[in-house]
Amino acid sequence: MHTVAFILRRLLGAIPTLALVVALSFLLTRLAPGGPFDEEQALAPEIRANLEAAYGLDQPIYVQFGRYVQGLLRGDFGPSFKFRDFTVGELISGGLPVSLTIGLAAMLLALALGIPAGVWAARARGGAADRIVMALAVAGISIPVFVVAPVLVLVFGIWLGWLPVAGWVPGRPADLVLPVVSLALPVVAYVARLMRGSLLEVLRAPWIRAARARGLPERTVILRHALPAALLPVVSYVGPAAAAVLAGSLVVETLFGLPGMGRHLVQGALNRDYTLVMGMVIVYAALMIVLNLLADLAYAWLDPRIRRERRL
Amino acid sequence: MSGALWREAAAQLRHDRLALACAALLAAMALAAIAGPPLLPFRADEIDWAHMAVPPLEAAGHWLGTDRLGRDLLVRTLHGLRVSLAIAFAATLVALVIGVAWGALAGFRRGRTDAWMMRCVDVLYSLPQVFFVIILTVVFGRGPLTILVAIGAFGWLTMARIVRGQALALRECDFVEAAVVGGASTPRIVWRHIVPNLMGPVIVYATLTLPQVILVEGFLSFLGIGIQEPLASLGNLIADGAAEMETAPWMLVVPAACLMLLVFCFNFLGDSLRDALDPRDQ
Repeated sequence: MHTVAFILRRLLGAIPTLALVVALSFLLTRLAPGGPFDEEQALAPEIRANLEAAYGLDQPIYVQFGRYVQGLLRGDFGPSFKFRDFTVGELISGGLPVSLTIGLAAMLLALALGIPAGVWAARARGGAADRIVMALAVAGISIPVFVVAPVLVLVFGIWLGWLPVAGWVPGRPADLVLPVVSLALPVVAYVARLMRGSLLEVLRAPWIRAARARGLPERTVILRHALPAALLPVVSYVGPAAAAVLAGSLVVETLFGLPGMGRHLVQGALNRDYTLVMGMVIVYAALMIVLNLLADLAYAWLDPRIRRERRL
Repeated sequence: MSGALWREAAAQLRHDRLALACAALLAAMALAAIAGPPLLPFRADEIDWAHMAVPPLEAAGHWLGTDRLGRDLLVRTLHGLRVSLAIAFAATLVALVIGVAWGALAGFRRGRTDAWMMRCVDVLYSLPQVFFVIILTVVFGRGPLTILVAIGAFGWLTMARIVRGQALALRECDFVEAAVVGGASTPRIVWRHIVPNLMGPVIVYATLTLPQVILVEGFLSFLGIGIQEPLASLGNLIADGAAEMETAPWMLVVPAACLMLLVFCFNFLGDSLRDALDPRDQ
Protein backbone atom coordinates (compact mmCIF):
# COMPACT_ATOMS: atom_id res chain seq x y z
CA MET A 1 0.00 0.00 0.00
CA HIS A 2 1.26 3.46 -0.83
CA THR A 3 1.87 6.26 1.57
CA VAL A 4 -0.89 8.36 0.06
CA ALA A 5 -3.41 5.53 0.36
CA PHE A 6 -2.33 4.96 3.96
CA ILE A 7 -2.81 8.64 4.81
CA LEU A 8 -6.17 8.77 3.01
CA ARG A 9 -7.42 5.66 4.78
CA ARG A 10 -6.40 7.08 8.15
CA LEU A 11 -8.04 10.42 7.38
CA LEU A 12 -11.27 8.65 6.39
CA GLY A 13 -11.07 6.65 9.62
CA ALA A 14 -10.90 9.92 11.55
CA ILE A 15 -14.22 11.17 10.18
CA PRO A 16 -16.48 9.12 12.50
CA THR A 17 -14.48 10.30 15.52
CA LEU A 18 -14.76 13.91 14.47
CA ALA A 19 -18.49 13.50 13.73
CA LEU A 20 -18.96 12.04 17.20
CA VAL A 21 -17.09 14.96 18.75
CA VAL A 22 -19.32 17.41 16.89
CA ALA A 23 -22.57 15.59 17.76
CA LEU A 24 -21.68 15.01 21.41
CA SER A 25 -20.42 18.52 22.06
CA PHE A 26 -23.52 19.97 20.37
CA LEU A 27 -25.91 17.77 22.34
CA LEU A 28 -24.16 18.36 25.65
CA THR A 29 -24.08 22.12 25.32
CA ARG A 30 -27.76 22.19 24.38
CA LEU A 31 -28.57 20.07 27.44
CA ALA A 32 -27.17 22.81 29.63
CA PRO A 33 -29.76 24.20 32.02
CA GLY A 34 -28.60 27.80 31.70
CA GLY A 35 -28.65 29.77 28.47
CA PRO A 36 -25.97 32.07 27.09
CA PHE A 37 -28.13 35.11 27.81
CA ASP A 38 -28.69 34.38 31.50
CA GLU A 39 -26.83 37.29 32.99
CA GLU A 40 -26.86 38.93 36.37
CA GLN A 41 -29.01 41.63 34.91
CA ALA A 42 -32.09 39.94 33.41
CA LEU A 43 -32.86 40.96 29.85
CA ALA A 44 -36.31 42.16 28.89
CA PRO A 45 -38.31 39.22 27.47
CA GLU A 46 -38.64 40.89 24.06
CA ILE A 47 -34.91 41.53 23.76
CA ARG A 48 -34.21 38.02 24.87
CA ALA A 49 -36.64 36.58 22.29
CA ASN A 50 -35.07 38.71 19.59
CA LEU A 51 -31.57 37.61 20.56
CA GLU A 52 -32.61 33.96 20.57
CA ALA A 53 -34.28 34.33 17.19
CA ALA A 54 -31.19 36.07 15.81
CA TYR A 55 -28.96 33.18 16.88
CA GLY A 56 -31.54 30.54 15.84
CA LEU A 57 -31.96 29.33 19.42
CA ASP A 58 -35.78 29.34 19.13
CA GLN A 59 -35.68 26.56 16.54
CA PRO A 60 -36.06 22.85 17.40
CA ILE A 61 -32.75 21.24 18.32
CA TYR A 62 -32.43 19.11 15.16
CA VAL A 63 -32.83 22.22 12.99
CA GLN A 64 -30.13 23.94 15.04
CA PHE A 65 -27.86 20.93 14.67
CA GLY A 66 -28.45 20.75 10.91
CA ARG A 67 -27.59 24.40 10.54
CA TYR A 68 -24.51 24.04 12.69
CA VAL A 69 -23.17 21.10 10.67
CA GLN A 70 -23.90 22.89 7.40
CA GLY A 71 -21.99 25.87 8.72
CA LEU A 72 -19.05 23.68 9.83
CA LEU A 73 -18.77 22.15 6.38
CA ARG A 74 -18.34 25.65 5.02
CA GLY A 75 -15.81 26.44 7.73
CA ASP A 76 -18.29 28.62 9.62
CA PHE A 77 -18.27 27.98 13.36
CA GLY A 78 -21.08 30.42 14.06
CA PRO A 79 -21.06 33.62 16.07
CA SER A 80 -19.61 33.89 19.56
CA PHE A 81 -22.37 34.63 22.08
CA LYS A 82 -20.16 36.68 24.35
CA PHE A 83 -17.54 38.28 22.13
CA ARG A 84 -20.33 39.73 20.01
CA ASP A 85 -18.01 41.47 17.56
CA PHE A 86 -16.28 38.26 16.59
CA THR A 87 -17.28 34.99 14.99
CA VAL A 88 -15.89 31.82 16.52
CA GLY A 89 -14.03 31.27 13.26
CA GLU A 90 -12.22 34.59 13.68
CA LEU A 91 -11.27 33.76 17.27
CA ILE A 92 -9.97 30.37 16.11
CA SER A 93 -7.94 31.69 13.20
CA GLY A 94 -6.53 34.38 15.46
CA GLY A 95 -5.59 31.94 18.22
CA LEU A 96 -4.50 28.90 16.24
CA PRO A 97 -1.09 30.24 15.10
CA VAL A 98 -0.20 31.21 18.68
CA SER A 99 -1.29 27.84 20.10
CA LEU A 100 0.42 25.90 17.34
CA THR A 101 3.67 27.84 17.77
CA ILE A 102 3.99 27.18 21.48
CA GLY A 103 2.63 23.61 21.17
CA LEU A 104 5.00 22.53 18.41
CA ALA A 105 7.96 24.31 20.01
CA ALA A 106 7.20 22.52 23.29
CA MET A 107 6.95 19.11 21.59
CA LEU A 108 10.23 19.62 19.72
CA LEU A 109 11.98 20.83 22.85
CA ALA A 110 10.63 17.86 24.82
CA LEU A 111 11.93 15.38 22.24
CA ALA A 112 15.24 17.22 21.83
CA LEU A 113 15.87 17.10 25.59
CA GLY A 114 14.12 13.85 26.53
CA ILE A 115 15.65 11.52 23.95
CA PRO A 116 19.32 12.40 24.67
CA ALA A 117 18.65 12.36 28.41
CA GLY A 118 17.13 8.88 28.14
CA VAL A 119 19.99 7.60 25.99
CA TRP A 120 22.53 9.06 28.39
CA ALA A 121 20.82 7.45 31.38
CA ALA A 122 20.63 4.10 29.64
CA ARG A 123 24.34 4.25 28.74
CA ALA A 124 25.23 5.05 32.33
CA ARG A 125 22.84 2.43 33.69
CA GLY A 126 23.06 2.14 37.46
CA GLY A 127 25.56 5.00 37.65
CA ALA A 128 25.17 8.43 39.14
CA ALA A 129 24.05 10.03 35.85
CA ASP A 130 21.34 7.40 35.46
CA ARG A 131 20.07 7.91 38.97
CA ILE A 132 20.03 11.68 38.64
CA VAL A 133 18.18 11.61 35.31
CA MET A 134 15.64 9.10 36.59
CA ALA A 135 15.02 10.93 39.85
CA LEU A 136 14.44 14.14 37.90
CA ALA A 137 12.13 12.24 35.54
CA VAL A 138 9.98 10.85 38.36
CA ALA A 139 9.76 14.31 39.88
CA GLY A 140 8.97 15.82 36.48
CA ILE A 141 6.10 13.41 35.90
CA SER A 142 4.56 14.36 39.24
CA ILE A 143 4.69 18.09 38.54
CA PRO A 144 1.85 19.32 36.35
CA VAL A 145 2.04 22.33 34.03
CA PHE A 146 -0.09 24.43 36.36
CA VAL A 147 2.63 24.12 39.01
CA VAL A 148 5.70 24.25 36.75
CA ALA A 149 4.56 27.38 34.94
CA PRO A 150 3.90 29.68 37.95
CA VAL A 151 7.04 28.41 39.74
CA LEU A 152 9.21 29.13 36.67
CA VAL A 153 7.67 32.60 36.45
CA LEU A 154 8.38 33.17 40.13
CA VAL A 155 12.02 32.10 39.83
CA PHE A 156 13.07 33.35 36.38
CA GLY A 157 10.60 36.18 35.91
CA ILE A 158 10.28 37.74 39.34
CA TRP A 159 13.24 36.71 41.49
CA LEU A 160 15.94 36.62 38.83
CA GLY A 161 14.21 38.97 36.39
CA TRP A 162 15.74 37.23 33.36
CA LEU A 163 12.59 36.72 31.33
CA PRO A 164 9.29 38.51 30.79
CA VAL A 165 6.59 37.46 33.25
CA ALA A 166 3.74 37.57 30.76
CA GLY A 167 2.68 39.06 27.50
CA TRP A 168 2.95 38.49 23.81
CA VAL A 169 4.64 40.80 21.41
CA PRO A 170 4.98 39.21 17.95
CA GLY A 171 8.63 38.82 17.07
CA ARG A 172 9.90 38.88 20.65
CA PRO A 173 11.07 35.32 21.26
CA ALA A 174 11.84 35.98 24.95
CA ASP A 175 8.09 35.99 25.56
CA LEU A 176 7.93 32.40 24.40
CA VAL A 177 10.70 30.91 26.54
CA LEU A 178 8.82 30.41 29.79
CA PRO A 179 5.54 29.22 28.21
CA VAL A 180 7.31 26.70 25.98
CA VAL A 181 9.64 25.42 28.69
CA SER A 182 6.79 24.95 31.18
CA LEU A 183 4.76 23.06 28.59
CA ALA A 184 7.71 20.88 27.65
CA LEU A 185 9.10 19.89 31.07
CA PRO A 186 6.51 17.25 32.07
CA VAL A 187 6.80 15.71 28.59
CA VAL A 188 10.63 15.72 28.79
CA ALA A 189 10.43 13.66 31.96
CA TYR A 190 8.14 11.08 30.41
CA VAL A 191 10.12 10.85 27.16
CA ALA A 192 13.41 10.41 29.04
CA ARG A 193 11.96 7.56 31.11
CA LEU A 194 10.46 5.87 28.08
CA MET A 195 13.64 6.28 26.03
CA ARG A 196 15.85 4.85 28.76
CA GLY A 197 13.65 1.78 29.27
CA SER A 198 13.27 1.00 25.61
CA LEU A 199 16.95 1.49 24.80
CA LEU A 200 17.94 -0.84 27.62
CA GLU A 201 15.59 -3.46 26.24
CA VAL A 202 16.82 -3.08 22.67
CA LEU A 203 20.45 -3.27 23.77
CA ARG A 204 19.78 -6.81 24.99
CA ALA A 205 18.67 -7.92 21.51
CA PRO A 206 20.77 -10.47 19.59
CA TRP A 207 21.30 -8.18 16.61
CA ILE A 208 22.94 -5.62 18.88
CA ARG A 209 25.29 -8.31 20.12
CA ALA A 210 25.92 -9.18 16.47
CA ALA A 211 26.73 -5.55 15.67
CA ARG A 212 29.16 -5.41 18.60
CA ALA A 213 30.68 -8.73 17.54
CA ARG A 214 31.44 -7.25 14.15
CA GLY A 215 33.60 -4.76 16.02
CA LEU A 216 31.53 -1.66 15.30
CA PRO A 217 32.30 1.34 17.51
CA GLU A 218 29.87 1.79 20.40
CA ARG A 219 28.66 5.07 18.92
CA THR A 220 27.61 3.37 15.69
CA VAL A 221 25.97 0.52 17.57
CA ILE A 222 23.86 2.92 19.61
CA LEU A 223 23.06 5.55 17.01
CA ARG A 224 22.67 3.42 13.87
CA HIS A 225 21.51 0.06 15.18
CA ALA A 226 19.79 0.50 18.52
CA LEU A 227 18.30 3.98 18.40
CA PRO A 228 15.83 3.59 15.49
CA ALA A 229 14.28 0.53 17.10
CA ALA A 230 14.34 2.05 20.57
CA LEU A 231 12.58 5.18 19.34
CA LEU A 232 9.36 3.30 18.54
CA PRO A 233 7.76 3.58 22.02
CA VAL A 234 8.69 7.27 22.11
CA VAL A 235 7.00 7.81 18.76
CA SER A 236 3.85 6.03 20.02
CA TYR A 237 3.90 8.41 22.95
CA VAL A 238 3.80 11.46 20.67
CA GLY A 239 0.00 11.18 20.36
CA PRO A 240 -0.73 11.19 24.13
CA ALA A 241 2.01 13.79 24.60
CA ALA A 242 0.30 16.06 22.09
CA ALA A 243 -2.94 15.69 24.03
CA ALA A 244 -1.11 16.63 27.23
CA VAL A 245 0.57 19.62 25.58
CA LEU A 246 -2.74 20.89 24.17
CA ALA A 247 -4.38 20.61 27.59
CA GLY A 248 -1.36 22.29 29.17
CA SER A 249 -1.58 25.10 26.65
CA LEU A 250 -4.85 26.19 28.29
CA VAL A 251 -2.92 26.77 31.52
CA VAL A 252 0.05 28.42 29.87
CA GLU A 253 -2.01 30.74 27.67
CA THR A 254 -4.17 31.78 30.60
CA LEU A 255 -1.22 32.34 32.93
CA PHE A 256 0.98 34.21 30.45
CA GLY A 257 -1.87 36.05 28.76
CA LEU A 258 -1.09 34.65 25.32
CA PRO A 259 -3.81 35.29 22.73
CA GLY A 260 -4.18 31.61 21.78
CA MET A 261 -7.13 29.28 21.39
CA GLY A 262 -6.75 27.91 24.90
CA ARG A 263 -7.42 31.24 26.54
CA HIS A 264 -10.53 31.71 24.41
CA LEU A 265 -11.71 28.23 25.37
CA VAL A 266 -11.27 28.97 29.08
CA GLN A 267 -13.03 32.32 28.67
CA GLY A 268 -15.80 30.58 26.74
CA ALA A 269 -16.19 27.98 29.48
CA LEU A 270 -16.36 30.69 32.15
CA ASN A 271 -18.95 32.65 30.12
CA ARG A 272 -20.94 29.59 29.03
CA ASP A 273 -20.34 30.67 25.46
CA TYR A 274 -21.68 27.50 23.76
CA THR A 275 -20.56 28.09 20.21
CA LEU A 276 -17.11 29.21 21.27
CA VAL A 277 -16.52 26.16 23.49
CA MET A 278 -17.90 23.82 20.84
CA GLY A 279 -15.84 25.31 18.04
CA MET A 280 -12.65 25.21 20.11
CA VAL A 281 -13.22 21.61 21.19
CA ILE A 282 -13.82 20.56 17.58
CA VAL A 283 -10.62 22.26 16.43
CA TYR A 284 -8.64 20.71 19.30
CA ALA A 285 -10.05 17.28 18.42
CA ALA A 286 -9.08 17.76 14.76
CA LEU A 287 -5.57 18.85 15.83
CA MET A 288 -5.18 15.75 17.96
CA ILE A 289 -6.31 13.53 15.08
CA VAL A 290 -3.78 15.12 12.72
CA LEU A 291 -0.96 14.82 15.27
CA ASN A 292 -1.81 11.17 15.87
CA LEU A 293 -1.73 10.59 12.13
CA LEU A 294 1.73 12.18 11.89
CA ALA A 295 2.92 10.03 14.77
CA ASP A 296 1.58 6.90 13.04
CA LEU A 297 3.36 7.85 9.85
CA ALA A 298 6.62 8.36 11.68
CA TYR A 299 6.12 5.02 13.40
CA ALA A 300 5.48 3.22 10.13
CA TRP A 301 8.53 4.85 8.60
CA LEU A 302 10.79 3.89 11.54
CA ASP A 303 9.61 0.29 11.80
CA PRO A 304 11.06 -1.69 8.87
CA ARG A 305 8.41 -4.40 9.28
CA ILE A 306 5.63 -1.92 8.56
CA ARG A 307 7.71 0.11 6.11
CA ARG A 308 8.27 -2.85 3.81
CA GLU A 309 4.65 -3.92 3.98
CA ARG A 310 3.37 -0.48 3.11
CA ARG A 311 6.26 0.61 0.89
CA LEU A 312 6.53 3.92 2.65
CA MET B 1 -4.56 -14.64 42.73
CA SER B 2 -3.66 -16.70 45.76
CA GLY B 3 -2.94 -15.79 49.35
CA ALA B 4 0.70 -16.62 48.78
CA LEU B 5 1.07 -13.90 46.19
CA TRP B 6 -0.40 -11.31 48.55
CA ARG B 7 1.91 -12.45 51.33
CA GLU B 8 4.92 -12.23 49.06
CA ALA B 9 3.85 -8.82 47.84
CA ALA B 10 3.43 -7.61 51.42
CA ALA B 11 6.87 -9.00 52.30
CA GLN B 12 8.43 -7.25 49.32
CA LEU B 13 6.72 -3.97 50.16
CA ARG B 14 7.97 -4.16 53.75
CA HIS B 15 11.52 -4.03 52.42
CA ASP B 16 10.76 -1.13 50.11
CA ARG B 17 11.65 1.74 52.45
CA LEU B 18 10.73 4.50 50.00
CA ALA B 19 7.31 3.01 49.28
CA LEU B 20 6.67 2.69 53.00
CA ALA B 21 7.75 6.27 53.54
CA CYS B 22 5.37 7.39 50.79
CA ALA B 23 2.50 5.42 52.32
CA ALA B 24 3.24 6.90 55.75
CA LEU B 25 3.44 10.41 54.33
CA LEU B 26 0.15 9.97 52.50
CA ALA B 27 -1.51 8.68 55.65
CA ALA B 28 -0.14 11.65 57.59
CA MET B 29 -1.39 14.10 54.98
CA ALA B 30 -4.84 12.51 54.91
CA LEU B 31 -5.00 12.56 58.70
CA ALA B 32 -3.92 16.20 58.80
CA ALA B 33 -6.53 17.08 56.16
CA ILE B 34 -9.31 15.37 58.10
CA ALA B 35 -8.36 16.11 61.71
CA GLY B 36 -6.16 19.16 61.32
CA PRO B 37 -8.49 22.11 60.64
CA PRO B 38 -10.59 21.81 63.84
CA LEU B 39 -7.41 21.75 65.95
CA LEU B 40 -6.09 24.99 64.53
CA PRO B 41 -7.06 28.36 65.98
CA PHE B 42 -8.49 29.74 62.71
CA ARG B 43 -11.36 28.80 60.46
CA ALA B 44 -10.80 28.56 56.69
CA ASP B 45 -12.93 31.62 55.92
CA GLU B 46 -11.93 33.59 59.01
CA ILE B 47 -10.41 36.97 58.25
CA ASP B 48 -7.63 38.14 60.52
CA TRP B 49 -7.79 41.90 59.98
CA ALA B 50 -4.55 42.50 61.82
CA HIS B 51 -2.53 40.09 59.68
CA MET B 52 -3.10 40.34 55.96
CA ALA B 53 -0.63 38.79 53.49
CA VAL B 54 1.81 37.91 56.28
CA PRO B 55 4.73 35.64 55.31
CA PRO B 56 5.16 32.29 57.11
CA LEU B 57 6.32 32.29 60.75
CA GLU B 58 5.94 36.05 61.20
CA ALA B 59 2.58 36.34 62.91
CA ALA B 60 1.64 34.31 65.96
CA GLY B 61 -0.39 31.25 65.03
CA HIS B 62 -0.12 31.74 61.26
CA TRP B 63 2.64 29.18 60.69
CA LEU B 64 2.40 29.25 56.91
CA GLY B 65 1.36 32.88 56.66
CA THR B 66 -1.92 34.37 55.46
CA ASP B 67 -3.39 35.35 52.11
CA ARG B 68 -4.34 38.86 51.00
CA LEU B 69 -7.66 38.59 52.83
CA GLY B 70 -5.97 37.58 56.07
CA ARG B 71 -7.08 33.97 55.89
CA ASP B 72 -4.72 31.44 57.45
CA LEU B 73 -2.88 29.59 54.69
CA LEU B 74 -2.28 26.40 56.67
CA VAL B 75 -5.98 25.96 57.37
CA ARG B 76 -6.89 26.76 53.78
CA THR B 77 -4.29 24.36 52.41
CA LEU B 78 -5.56 21.60 54.69
CA HIS B 79 -9.09 22.30 53.51
CA GLY B 80 -7.89 22.24 49.90
CA LEU B 81 -6.11 18.96 50.55
CA ARG B 82 -9.32 17.59 52.02
CA VAL B 83 -11.38 18.59 48.96
CA SER B 84 -8.76 17.32 46.51
CA LEU B 85 -8.43 14.00 48.34
CA ALA B 86 -12.19 13.57 48.68
CA ILE B 87 -12.73 14.15 44.96
CA ALA B 88 -9.81 11.88 44.09
CA PHE B 89 -11.14 9.00 46.18
CA ALA B 90 -14.75 9.46 45.08
CA ALA B 91 -13.89 9.70 41.36
CA THR B 92 -11.55 6.72 41.63
CA LEU B 93 -14.31 4.75 43.33
CA VAL B 94 -16.71 5.64 40.51
CA ALA B 95 -14.12 4.60 37.92
CA LEU B 96 -13.42 1.42 39.87
CA VAL B 97 -17.05 0.31 40.14
CA ILE B 98 -18.03 1.06 36.54
CA GLY B 99 -14.73 -0.18 35.08
CA VAL B 100 -14.68 -3.45 37.04
CA ALA B 101 -18.35 -4.24 36.35
CA TRP B 102 -18.06 -3.33 32.64
CA GLY B 103 -14.76 -5.12 32.06
CA ALA B 104 -15.64 -8.23 34.05
CA LEU B 105 -18.98 -8.63 32.26
CA ALA B 106 -17.43 -8.09 28.83
CA GLY B 107 -14.62 -10.54 29.52
CA PHE B 108 -16.97 -13.11 30.99
CA ARG B 109 -19.59 -12.96 28.24
CA ARG B 110 -17.03 -12.89 25.40
CA GLY B 111 -18.22 -12.90 21.79
CA ARG B 112 -20.59 -10.25 20.53
CA THR B 113 -21.39 -8.69 23.93
CA ASP B 114 -17.69 -8.27 24.56
CA ALA B 115 -17.13 -6.79 21.11
CA TRP B 116 -19.88 -4.21 21.57
CA MET B 117 -18.95 -3.29 25.11
CA MET B 118 -15.31 -2.78 24.26
CA ARG B 119 -16.24 -0.86 21.10
CA CYS B 120 -18.00 1.64 23.37
CA VAL B 121 -14.82 1.94 25.40
CA ASP B 122 -12.74 2.46 22.23
CA VAL B 123 -15.08 5.18 21.00
CA LEU B 124 -14.99 7.06 24.31
CA TYR B 125 -11.21 6.64 24.32
CA SER B 126 -10.92 8.39 20.97
CA LEU B 127 -12.55 11.57 22.33
CA PRO B 128 -10.34 14.41 23.54
CA GLN B 129 -11.12 13.75 27.20
CA VAL B 130 -9.90 16.92 28.86
CA PHE B 131 -11.97 19.01 26.47
CA PHE B 132 -15.09 16.99 27.13
CA VAL B 133 -14.57 17.38 30.83
CA ILE B 134 -14.52 21.14 30.19
CA ILE B 135 -17.77 20.89 28.19
CA LEU B 136 -19.33 18.95 31.07
CA THR B 137 -18.34 21.67 33.53
CA VAL B 138 -19.96 24.23 31.21
CA VAL B 139 -23.12 22.14 31.00
CA PHE B 140 -23.58 21.16 34.63
CA GLY B 141 -22.13 24.26 36.25
CA ARG B 142 -18.89 24.43 38.19
CA GLY B 143 -18.54 22.58 41.44
CA PRO B 144 -17.27 19.45 43.14
CA LEU B 145 -20.11 17.21 41.94
CA THR B 146 -19.63 18.15 38.27
CA ILE B 147 -15.92 17.45 38.50
CA LEU B 148 -16.66 14.10 40.07
CA VAL B 149 -19.10 13.15 37.29
CA ALA B 150 -16.90 14.50 34.52
CA ILE B 151 -13.78 12.69 35.71
CA GLY B 152 -15.71 9.54 36.56
CA ALA B 153 -17.23 9.52 33.06
CA PHE B 154 -13.83 8.91 31.49
CA GLY B 155 -11.83 7.45 34.35
CA TRP B 156 -13.30 3.94 34.06
CA LEU B 157 -12.13 3.27 30.50
CA THR B 158 -8.62 2.03 31.22
CA MET B 159 -9.89 0.11 34.23
CA ALA B 160 -12.46 -1.65 32.02
CA ARG B 161 -9.74 -2.64 29.55
CA ILE B 162 -7.45 -4.01 32.24
CA VAL B 163 -10.24 -5.91 33.94
CA ARG B 164 -11.57 -7.35 30.67
CA GLY B 165 -8.17 -8.76 29.78
CA GLN B 166 -7.92 -10.44 33.18
CA ALA B 167 -11.52 -11.68 33.04
CA LEU B 168 -10.99 -13.25 29.61
CA ALA B 169 -8.15 -15.28 31.05
CA LEU B 170 -10.00 -16.17 34.25
CA ARG B 171 -13.01 -17.24 32.21
CA GLU B 172 -11.01 -20.24 31.03
CA CYS B 173 -10.14 -21.40 34.54
CA ASP B 174 -11.64 -24.61 35.83
CA PHE B 175 -13.31 -23.06 38.86
CA VAL B 176 -15.30 -20.72 36.63
CA GLU B 177 -16.35 -23.63 34.40
CA ALA B 178 -17.38 -25.47 37.56
CA ALA B 179 -19.50 -22.52 38.67
CA VAL B 180 -21.16 -22.36 35.23
CA VAL B 181 -21.85 -26.11 35.33
CA GLY B 182 -23.16 -25.71 38.86
CA GLY B 183 -25.81 -23.34 37.50
CA ALA B 184 -24.63 -20.09 39.14
CA SER B 185 -26.07 -16.93 37.60
CA THR B 186 -23.88 -14.56 35.59
CA PRO B 187 -23.87 -11.75 38.21
CA ARG B 188 -22.96 -14.28 40.88
CA ILE B 189 -20.10 -15.74 38.84
CA VAL B 190 -18.81 -12.29 37.94
CA TRP B 191 -18.91 -10.90 41.46
CA ARG B 192 -18.03 -14.00 43.49
CA HIS B 193 -15.59 -15.81 41.23
CA ILE B 194 -14.08 -13.41 38.73
CA VAL B 195 -13.88 -10.04 40.49
CA PRO B 196 -12.09 -11.27 43.66
CA ASN B 197 -9.41 -12.82 41.49
CA LEU B 198 -8.51 -9.69 39.61
CA MET B 199 -8.13 -7.36 42.58
CA GLY B 200 -4.32 -7.17 42.20
CA PRO B 201 -4.18 -5.18 38.95
CA VAL B 202 -7.29 -3.28 39.99
CA ILE B 203 -5.68 -2.03 43.20
CA VAL B 204 -2.50 -1.07 41.38
CA TYR B 205 -4.39 0.84 38.73
CA ALA B 206 -6.64 2.50 41.30
CA THR B 207 -3.54 3.74 43.16
CA LEU B 208 -2.26 5.23 39.91
CA THR B 209 -5.69 6.75 39.10
CA LEU B 210 -5.78 8.77 42.33
CA PRO B 211 -2.94 11.14 41.35
CA GLN B 212 -4.41 11.49 37.86
CA VAL B 213 -7.71 12.66 39.32
CA ILE B 214 -5.91 15.07 41.65
CA LEU B 215 -4.11 16.53 38.63
CA VAL B 216 -7.28 16.90 36.54
CA GLU B 217 -9.14 18.52 39.41
CA GLY B 218 -6.19 20.83 40.02
CA PHE B 219 -6.01 21.70 36.33
CA LEU B 220 -9.72 22.62 36.16
CA SER B 221 -9.66 24.52 39.44
CA PHE B 222 -6.54 26.39 38.36
CA LEU B 223 -8.37 27.55 35.23
CA GLY B 224 -11.32 28.68 37.34
CA ILE B 225 -13.73 26.08 35.99
CA GLY B 226 -13.35 23.62 38.86
CA ILE B 227 -13.80 24.12 42.57
CA GLN B 228 -14.96 27.66 43.28
CA GLU B 229 -14.24 30.07 46.12
CA PRO B 230 -14.94 30.12 49.04
CA LEU B 231 -14.34 26.35 48.89
CA ALA B 232 -10.60 25.74 48.65
CA SER B 233 -8.90 23.07 46.57
CA LEU B 234 -5.20 22.69 45.86
CA GLY B 235 -5.86 23.82 42.29
CA ASN B 236 -7.59 27.09 43.11
CA LEU B 237 -5.11 27.81 45.92
CA ILE B 238 -2.31 27.49 43.37
CA ALA B 239 -4.20 29.80 41.01
CA ASP B 240 -4.60 32.33 43.86
CA GLY B 241 -0.92 32.01 44.64
CA ALA B 242 0.03 32.49 40.98
CA ALA B 243 -2.00 35.70 40.91
CA GLU B 244 -0.24 37.05 44.00
CA MET B 245 3.24 35.66 43.55
CA GLU B 246 4.98 38.97 43.07
CA THR B 247 4.01 40.14 46.54
CA ALA B 248 3.21 36.90 48.39
CA PRO B 249 5.19 33.99 46.89
CA TRP B 250 4.42 31.71 49.86
CA MET B 251 0.81 31.60 48.70
CA LEU B 252 2.03 29.77 45.60
CA VAL B 253 4.79 27.71 47.17
CA VAL B 254 2.76 26.13 49.99
CA PRO B 255 -0.14 24.59 48.01
CA ALA B 256 2.15 23.76 45.05
CA ALA B 257 4.54 21.83 47.30
CA CYS B 258 1.60 20.07 48.92
CA LEU B 259 0.18 18.97 45.55
CA MET B 260 3.56 17.81 44.25
CA LEU B 261 4.22 15.77 47.36
CA LEU B 262 0.79 14.19 47.15
CA VAL B 263 1.06 13.23 43.49
CA PHE B 264 4.65 12.05 43.81
CA CYS B 265 3.81 9.77 46.75
CA PHE B 266 0.81 8.24 44.99
CA ASN B 267 2.80 7.65 41.80
CA PHE B 268 5.70 6.13 43.67
CA LEU B 269 3.46 3.93 45.80
CA GLY B 270 1.54 2.78 42.71
CA ASP B 271 4.76 1.83 40.93
CA SER B 272 6.02 -0.08 43.96
CA LEU B 273 2.69 -1.90 44.33
CA ARG B 274 2.84 -2.86 40.68
CA ASP B 275 6.34 -4.24 41.04
CA ALA B 276 5.36 -6.12 44.19
CA LEU B 277 2.20 -7.64 42.72
CA ASP B 278 3.66 -8.48 39.33
CA PRO B 279 4.62 -12.15 39.48
CA ARG B 280 6.68 -11.86 36.29
CA ASP B 281 9.41 -9.92 38.07
CA GLN B 282 9.91 -12.40 40.86
